[in-house]
Amino acid sequence: MITRRSLLKAAGTSAILVGGSHEFSRTVVSEAKAQAATLSLPTQLPEGTRQEAVLDALPGKQPLIKLAYRPPNYETPIELLRTAITPNDAFFVRYHLSDIPQINAQTWRLAIGGEGAGREMSLTFDELRQLPAVEVAAVCQCSGNRRGLFDPHVPGVEWGYGAMGCARWRGARLKDVLDRAGLKSEALEIVVAGTDNGAVDKTPQFVKSIPLWKAIEDTTLIAYEMNGAPLPHWNGFPARIIVPGWTATYWMKHVSKVDVVTRPFEGFWMKSAYRIPLGKFPVVSRFASQETAANTPITEMVVNSLMTSHTDGATVRAGSKVTVGGVAWDAGYGIDRVEMSTDGGGTWTAAALGEDLGRFAFRTFSYDVATPTKGSYRIMARATNRIGQSQVSALIANPAGYHHNVVQTLNLIAA
Amino acid sequence: MRSITVAVLCAAICGAAGAAAEEKPVLLKQAPGRDKVETNCAVCHTLDYIVMNSPFLNAAGWDAEVSKMINAFGAPIGPTDAKIISDYLKSNYGRDARG
Repeated sequence: MITRRSLLKAAGTSAILVGGSHEFSRTVVSEAKAQAATLSLPTQLPEGTRQEAVLDALPGKQPLIKLAYRPPNYETPIELLRTAITPNDAFFVRYHLSDIPQINAQTWRLAIGGEGAGREMSLTFDELRQLPAVEVAAVCQCSGNRRGLFDPHVPGVEWGYGAMGCARWRGARLKDVLDRAGLKSEALEIVVAGTDNGAVDKTPQFVKSIPLWKAIEDTTLIAYEMNGAPLPHWNGFPARIIVPGWTATYWMKHVSKVDVVTRPFEGFWMKSAYRIPLGKFPVVSRFASQETAANTPITEMVVNSLMTSHTDGATVRAGSKVTVGGVAWDAGYGIDRVEMSTDGGGTWTAAALGEDLGRFAFRTFSYDVATPTKGSYRIMARATNRIGQSQVSALIANPAGYHHNVVQTLNLIAA
Repeated sequence: MRSITVAVLCAAICGAAGAAAEEKPVLLKQAPGRDKVETNCAVCHTLDYIVMNSPFLNAAGWDAEVSKMINAFGAPIGPTDAKIISDYLKSNYGRDARG
């Protein structure tokens, strides 16, 4: 069934549409069209993705690469990922469900409870802001970032490189909020729910759980600011969960409910979705209460890097040098080095690393490549973290298309 | 009657999302079954999801996607329409699509 709420919302906003946002939308479309000429998509994406992806601006955002209008799934062009901090209006947007309410912070409440909590309580937005504030620079990356580059392709949102960004997130520690309600000794997982819903009643609401040990780390937050500004609507206004080091599936947007549970949470988005084969990836962080003999929830991000200074196939000047650079990140062990190869992976030389904004943040890197003669140059970048993990040279296949961290090759044409 | 209701609701919801996200119409290939795809699938998501996931799925792959939408996500689609939708997707957006 169509939910009553969707229908009411539909009726209300349709009326507003008639009122006239046409002038605005024409401007947006023409700007997007002007830039669409320069939209450069990875050639490895499915042919259909390359046909339908366009630059398009959501309200309050720069033109991003639209993969799906509804629910909105927009990725950041690599040109906007050259800095350690991604601007709010360039930050990627990812939703599973299409009924996304506009929330008024003054009437918003965060409910805290569950059988593992000492008491039921709720917080207003002002009460949340009165708790000690913590700021963490951290990468938010969709589990399926680069899914579109899988060979063979797997179904899902066919992301290229840009379902990620890094921001300074400011908010209260989830731990401090949980302490106010009290944690029983048998508490096992923290269940977080947002306010977005499917268009039909039977669609499972997007609800996730986080193991208690991760939920009470000092860097796990309920954030209300992003790069010094309120969270954009499309990134979870008024508050979202921040789980530095872990993929964005746990970073619940528009969070409205936090429950302490004493048994493994059984929801669809834990039991059926966002799972990886057991033992295939070199991850340290485990979510033991959700593991089966075959698979486990995705947890921390794998070490990765992306050259963002040039698009693949770009033309550069021959008889000179070109500075190639980008960003590297991992699950919070910290980037140890980024190495570059211009001979197909035969030899590797260290790139210069940029400012360290903390172990969970993007780390910029740069490297000068000599281009003495005309012709093509192939440049590879490989990040290694402080616990010795490196990007892989061959894809680790998995059914849902997660954890793509294959070493990237950038082709430049010197002319 | 039901399909008319769904179509009307779909139009209403598409309008709503348009206000929020400047949704543009997505035109699928004209072929038998397209109307069923449009009225059923577009209730929950825009049709760019279909184009995006093409043309790499084989027949079993598209069957699995349609089953997932019904069984995992609760799409209210009966077996007759489900078969029409699957056949359309296989023929027009499948690995062996006629083009």
